Amino acid sequence: MAGPATARQLAALKRILFVLCLVPLLRLAWGAWDDALGANPIEFIQRSLGSWTLNFLLITLTVSPLRRLSGWHWLLRLRRMLGLYAFFYAMLHLVSYLWLDQFFDWQAIAKDILKRPFITVGMSAFMLLLPLAATSSDAMIRRLGGRRWQQLHRSVYAIATLGVVHYWWLVKRDTTLPALYAALLGLLLGIRALWRELERQRQTAGADLGKRTLRNTP
Amino acid sequence: MLIQLPADTVPSEITPRAVFDKRREFLKGLAGTALAAALPKSACAGEKFSATLKSPWSTTETPTPYKSVTTYNNFYEFGTEKTDPAQLAQRMKTRPWQISIEGLVKHQKSFAIDDLIKMAPLEERIYRMRCVEGWSMVIPWLGLPLATLLKHVEPQGATKYVEFISAADPKTMPGVASAVLDWPYLEGLRLDEAMHPLTILAVGLYGEVLPNQNGAPLRLVVPWKYGFKGAKSIVKIRLTDREPWTAWMKAGPREYGFYSNVNPAVDHPRWSQATERRIGEFAKRRTLPFNGYAEQVAGLYTGMDLQKFF
Repeated sequence: MAGPATARQLAALKRILFVLCLVPLLRLAWGAWDDALGANPIEFIQRSLGSWTLNFLLITLTVSPLRRLSGWHWLLRLRRMLGLYAFFYAMLHLVSYLWLDQFFDWQAIAKDILKRPFITVGMSAFMLLLPLAATSSDAMIRRLGGRRWQQLHRSVYAIATLGVVHYWWLVKRDTTLPALYAALLGLLLGIRALWRELERQRQTAGADLGKRTLRNTP
Repeated sequence: MLIQLPADTVPSEITPRAVFDKRREFLKGLAGTALAAALPKSACAGEKFSATLKSPWSTTETPTPYKSVTTYNNFYEFGTEKTDPAQLAQRMKTRPWQISIEGLVKHQKSFAIDDLIKMAPLEERIYRMRCVEGWSMVIPWLGLPLATLLKHVEPQGATKYVEFISAADPKTMPGVASAVLDWPYLEGLRLDEAMHPLTILAVGLYGEVLPNQNGAPLRLVVPWKYGFKGAKSIVKIRLTDREPWTAWMKAGPREYGFYSNVNPAVDHPRWSQATERRIGEFAKRRTLPFNGYAEQVAGLYTGMDLQKFF
């Protein structure tokens, strides 16, 4: 696949992706309208928004390894939108909890956050997402400087981990799906760790080689 | 034991004389001829039971729609998704079906399901059902008091507990291939809980033969306990002198106790039990102690620390 060659093609691709990312939400809205979300629609909406938050986090984390493996550098130009969609679904997931589930019973919510480890973890993940969403613009990247921006945005590794833990601790007994998310996340983070290690070895080897070369120079 | 009627028996619920007289006629009819009249010709889910009795134990709350009751089920033998049982339970054959009564009884006996149904006139019991997950329903069950069966087989003096063992057939139950619980599903009650008039063996709902996904052909219903206490598709009832180690206690002893009475003051370690969502409603309701049956059953637990015996 060659990918979009021109800026116009890239813009068109972004528009298509923008609409595609809204499909899960539109399907939920349609299901709610059509009364097709089963006997417990509130639970369905909440779970579905949570799953899509995790899905978008994992998709976002797939961009950079996929780019490296495939050589499709234009993929990177889509990453911001995917990350912002992860934040968008996380926000809807939170709103569904505060509104549909707890009905803005702030006392119960405060108790939940403090007492229920899976909610504590989920809420922490959302709080950590806030600065990432807030610094997603080009202007903010410039203001922070590329290096500091990248350091900040590496917290997405922790956020995705907290998200999977949040899911794992919530299920009553059957941990098949959380385990699947954990495995995928492990793969995505593992491949980064592996590449970093290889890079480190290469650099050390390079440095050694450099030294040797220096010594051999008469 | 002092038996108190539910607090929610309101005058409007009291059966009018004309209807009551018909009930007498019905009972006379039963005494004279065939109890089998109540049985539908074929025992397929959805088939109507022709005659059933109303019960003063029923709540006046609006029953949850049939569709929700029969499509939103926890029945892990068919999978852990709520929609799995309705889709997969049709493979289970509920006739012929034997239920064996074992252990500390004077008369060890095996019943064919249709003989058990004929043991007493079927009663409609409209009960609240509160799931440990925080949702609830109102279900019009059809069944007979468990006490009727237990008196028939006569528990021995040493009996303290009753165990309920469910079917676990890998050929028709795809969920038992997964080790999500220790199969077969096992539940239990203390003998006095089992003998309490609120405790029933259900064989139907909404006037019809019990759908497979709801635990056909025979399931336990204990309305003041969390729903998982209601063992489904029972094949064995064992009377014993030892506290049963139930499937959920094995799965998570910190999270699921033997008693598992509905109690808003004792949270599940991972979530609150203070409120519940009644299926079909938007806002949550406060959960009531013993699921609103405190007046009838709180006496069973006098002097017990319910935080400890959860």
